[in-house]
Amino acid sequence: MPELSKIPWPFLILSFISILCALYVVTSNSPIRSVLALILTFFSISAHYVMLNAQFLAIVNLIVYAGAIMVLFLFVLMLLNLNKETEPLKSNKWLIGAAVSAGLLLLVFTASIQTSSEHIMRHPEAGTGLVKSLGKVLFTDYLVPFELSGILFLAAMVGAVMLGKRDAANESDTEITGREEV
Amino acid sequence: MKPDSIFHTVEISHYIYLSCVLFCIGLFGVLFRRNAIVLLMCIELMLNAVNLLFTAFSSYMGDSSGQLFVFFVMVVAAAEAAVGLAILVMMFRNTRTTDVSFLSNLKG
Repeated sequence: MPELSKIPWPFLILSFISILCALYVVTSNSPIRSVLALILTFFSISAHYVMLNAQFLAIVNLIVYAGAIMVLFLFVLMLLNLNKETEPLKSNKWLIGAAVSAGLLLLVFTASIQTSSEHIMRHPEAGTGLVKSLGKVLFTDYLVPFELSGILFLAAMVGAVMLGKRDAANESDTEITGREEV
Repeated sequence: MKPDSIFHTVEISHYIYLSCVLFCIGLFGVLFRRNAIVLLMCIELMLNAVNLLFTAFSSYMGDSSGQLFVFFVMVVAAAEAAVGLAILVMMFRNTRTTDVSFLSNLKG
């Protein structure tokens, strides 16, 4: 493990924020608090992107993740009124099993990093994270995956609409009778 | 100390450790929690850990391809969140709960 005193303090602070918020996401009982902590985690990861000279990615991460996806989560939570504090947690058996398996995975990761002999010390190069260089690579080398991701979005949109639609039998049961009562 | 030199002393192994820890926290959440919406959030957390690692390697190597992969991961994450939340709404409509342990009909 690297010595803590050698690590620069901006990196340390941001890492502590992101790890603490991630732990809160996992352990909090209320889903709304989980969503808010996850948004904080995304903010700190965006700050990491800025430190890595990936400015465009930092902005996109904020807009797409913290702005769009997390708002979608919040909408679903509030529309379904899911913010119950009393989520039945899994038993202690599950807690121990999950903790042991996640800890073992972390152990394997750290062991494999420590045995890798080459330590890259090169500093982040400026310019790779700017819109100009990213766009040049995206529209030359990765044009086909770019178009395919458009098709994937279309399929996901159609799928979400189809899944979210009420079927006719259900609708006649609940919604129309509900309206008549009102 | 110049502001540049602060950032240049961060080794890439620090970023690797950080993203490993975030990934393992997300994995723990997926295994432990029962609320389906929290499970989806933990998956987003794991995807973000991978994104951070991609970006770290990409900018330390001076190669833009890694950051483009982050875009594609974001595309997949957005599609996954949309479809996953639609499935969750449908599940809530049928069972009035978001507890994934109620979805054991296929267990046999």
